[in-house]
Amino acid sequence: MNLATFIQHFLNSLTLGSLYALIAIGYTMVYGILRLINFAHSEIFMLGAYLVFWGITLFHLPWPVAMVASIILVAGIGILVDRIAYRPLRDAPRISALISAIGVSFFLQNVAIVFFQAIPRQVYRPAWLENPMIWGDVRVLPLTLFVPLLSLFLMLALVYIVYHTKAGLGMRAISKDIETSYLMGVSVNKVIALTFGIGSALAAASGIMWALRYPQLQPIMGAIPGFKAFIAAVFGGIGSIQGAVIGGLALGFIEIMTVAFFPDLAGYRDAFAFVLLIAILLVKPTGLLGVKTEDKV
Amino acid sequence: MSMILETKGLTMRFGGLVAVSEFSASIPQGSITGLIGPNGAGKTTCFNMVTGFYKPTEGQVFFEGRELTGMSPHQVCRAGIARTFQNIRLFGNETAIENVMIGSFVRQRTGWIQSVLMTPMSLREEREIRDRSMELLDVVGLAGIAQEKANSLPYGAQRRLEIARALATKPRFLLLDEPAAGMNPQESLELMDFIRTIRTRFNLTILLIEHDMKVVMGVCEHMWVLDYGVTIAEGGPEAIQSNPKVIEAYLGEEYVKYA
Amino acid sequence: MNRSTTILLNLVLVGCLGLFLWWAEGSLDGYKIQILNLIAVNIILALSLNLIYGFTGMFSLGHAGFMAIGAYVCSILIMTPEQKETLFILQEALPWVQNSHAPFLVAVIAGGAVAALFGLVIGAPLLRLGDDYLGIATLGFAEIVRVIANNIPRVTNGALGFKGIPDHANLWWNYGWCLLTLYFVIRILNSNTGNVFKAIRDDETAAKAMGIDVFRIKLLSFTIGAFFAGVGGALLASLLTTIDPKMFLFTLTFNVLMIVVTGGLGSITGSILAGTGITVMLEWLRFVENPVTIGDWTLPGIPGMRMVVFSLVLILVILFRREGIMGMREIHWGTVARFMKGGKA
Repeated sequence: MNLATFIQHFLNSLTLGSLYALIAIGYTMVYGILRLINFAHSEIFMLGAYLVFWGITLFHLPWPVAMVASIILVAGIGILVDRIAYRPLRDAPRISALISAIGVSFFLQNVAIVFFQAIPRQVYRPAWLENPMIWGDVRVLPLTLFVPLLSLFLMLALVYIVYHTKAGLGMRAISKDIETSYLMGVSVNKVIALTFGIGSALAAASGIMWALRYPQLQPIMGAIPGFKAFIAAVFGGIGSIQGAVIGGLALGFIEIMTVAFFPDLAGYRDAFAFVLLIAILLVKPTGLLGVKTEDKV
Repeated sequence: MSMILETKGLTMRFGGLVAVSEFSASIPQGSITGLIGPNGAGKTTCFNMVTGFYKPTEGQVFFEGRELTGMSPHQVCRAGIARTFQNIRLFGNETAIENVMIGSFVRQRTGWIQSVLMTPMSLREEREIRDRSMELLDVVGLAGIAQEKANSLPYGAQRRLEIARALATKPRFLLLDEPAAGMNPQESLELMDFIRTIRTRFNLTILLIEHDMKVVMGVCEHMWVLDYGVTIAEGGPEAIQSNPKVIEAYLGEEYVKYA
Repeated sequence: MNRSTTILLNLVLVGCLGLFLWWAEGSLDGYKIQILNLIAVNIILALSLNLIYGFTGMFSLGHAGFMAIGAYVCSILIMTPEQKETLFILQEALPWVQNSHAPFLVAVIAGGAVAALFGLVIGAPLLRLGDDYLGIATLGFAEIVRVIANNIPRVTNGALGFKGIPDHANLWWNYGWCLLTLYFVIRILNSNTGNVFKAIRDDETAAKAMGIDVFRIKLLSFTIGAFFAGVGGALLASLLTTIDPKMFLFTLTFNVLMIVVTGGLGSITGSILAGTGITVMLEWLRFVENPVTIGDWTLPGIPGMRMVVFSLVLILVILFRREGIMGMREIHWGTVARFMKGGKA
């Protein structure tokens, strides 16, 4: 493998990794607070992508406007999902909310099939993202730089919210101890709603960029990236935002580099993440940055 | 007198916190003994180390001369040690008699294949288990509500059911974690009688954790006092009651109140 | 109600079922018979998942994986060597795939047994995980099975899958297996081993203190569940006569989970009722998706509507009636007798 191809693989890994990371953040934030695997997160990702292209083709919105509108709308959907399908189950056994989440995931997926139809759609890409930049042997799509940069920007914004705002303090408090937070006067439901909103917005951004990168829309497009991003979150240590970012990037690199170096394994690409998951759960269930909690007898 | 259980230097550390340090006790066969101390003194941690729920950081447990250290809870139970829990842990969706039958499972010889094939041996054994469980319920006075779901029983009945379930595992050594918690004086009195009765009837050695000093002093022949994980005294009821260290560390006001 | 009466009543019930099937075979059209067949298979699948999750408390989402294993093993065994020769067009089948052949009964048992073996092997490490982690790990297992099925064309014919699998799975076979599963599950749950399953579901710590080797018992329940999931997959393969890796997506597990949750976690009767009801509804709603009568669902209609309805049903059940139709209750002859007496009084 020469340097030029390696650089391309590297940038591809970075792109894929940051997309996983953005989705993983939503999983990890919700899990950190509610101990819930939000299965519907994959569909939030998918809706983000669809709404942009809907906005562009149906309402002829300019690109950036459609993107912002979609992100805001999807954040709202995320909050709504929590309000309707998860909040009533806060006191129920943990698995009940999980089953509800699985139900919501299938619901949104099939609503998308009803509205947008199951056939894959091509995505129109603005020219400035598509004309390759060439440095010697290295050909790079502007997109492969745009995705990691925008992701980085979003992650920094998130870090600011979580560590430098009152709402962020609330999130951190709830993830430490939800009951005490109630008692301390944190408006728990509002903070949880905000968490869903932020997580969904990031997933929508990821979905939009995913659709640009692999230019196709499909109602089931969220399922596989969603699972993988969840695995990335577990890998990084569920509950930890830094962990989600590291896990997402790591998974992106593992997938692309393994196939780059061992092309025979290309057919198994979708299984890597699951093998990684099972390995992680067996060796270090708390992930890279997770904290162990003791069982009380 | 031969010792049924011996612990040597049992120590449990959680990170930097020493929950129990150097707990050494020898418990004579057939005795009723107590483990007392203020909240957080490490009593339940001792139970958990003896019954295999915690692996002690240091030290050893010997039961009938055989080392148990590091065994898993089910192996400890199989060896002949049963326990109850401070915060009652019944199988809530099962009936009272099923709870006791589950306790018998560890001694059951016929397996699931025989149950599916309905072999005569398995049918006979299941019938025996049912009968014996009924007897045990009778011993704790719950025969009348054998078919009630465990989580629908009143508190006192739940405590007694937990003891019946422990007895079903055919233990030789029984650990009771705060059996009198939540009982009124009359009930506590009955409990003392009950503990003595089961000791004789089932040939048991009993170790209990208890806050109710009347119960402890009334029923225990020997006791250990823990404070911040350290054994500060041991001895019979009179010796403990007059031990200045104990009075200072723990009994203090309470002792005055009860005396 | 004494034992011999119960046995007699059970026999009468089985007899009635036999008569009904005999009548159905002669009088109903192929589509309705297909629905009856699917009911039997879905009940088998629901019982196996209920055993694992509803009765032993292990949240497993790996059913599609076990079904795939059962389906492939059974299909390979019941197709004739000549059939396989024409089927494997991409790459030649491995010799043992090419040459093995067995009667249907043996093939279904083999499908179940191989699934059970996988259950045992993956259960050993995974069952140490709790709740949602177990769910996601078993889901991972099912996905891995699917990806592997796609990538070993010399065994599975890759993405093309199998077509023209002999359609041995008629009403008699399906209901025979359904009754066998039912008998097995009821016997084990009514034994003390069954009590121990439920004990683990209710409180694992207390179960350990009672001398129960929790891990071993969980593995037992998981393996038995995997066996019957494999059997269900095997019957399904022969019933549908075509299989490919795409068929064993998470949706398949979702359908079984929906039946179990709707029927009631920890209720056998619930699984039977919901298995029947939901299968009928699932088929009936195909008309919404496809106004053309013969069940070819690729034709236009409102695709997706069926699953919209069903995911809504699941969400509503979880939100408003978490215990499902039956909760943990069962209908048995005693209940029926009481009901009849109550009716007369």
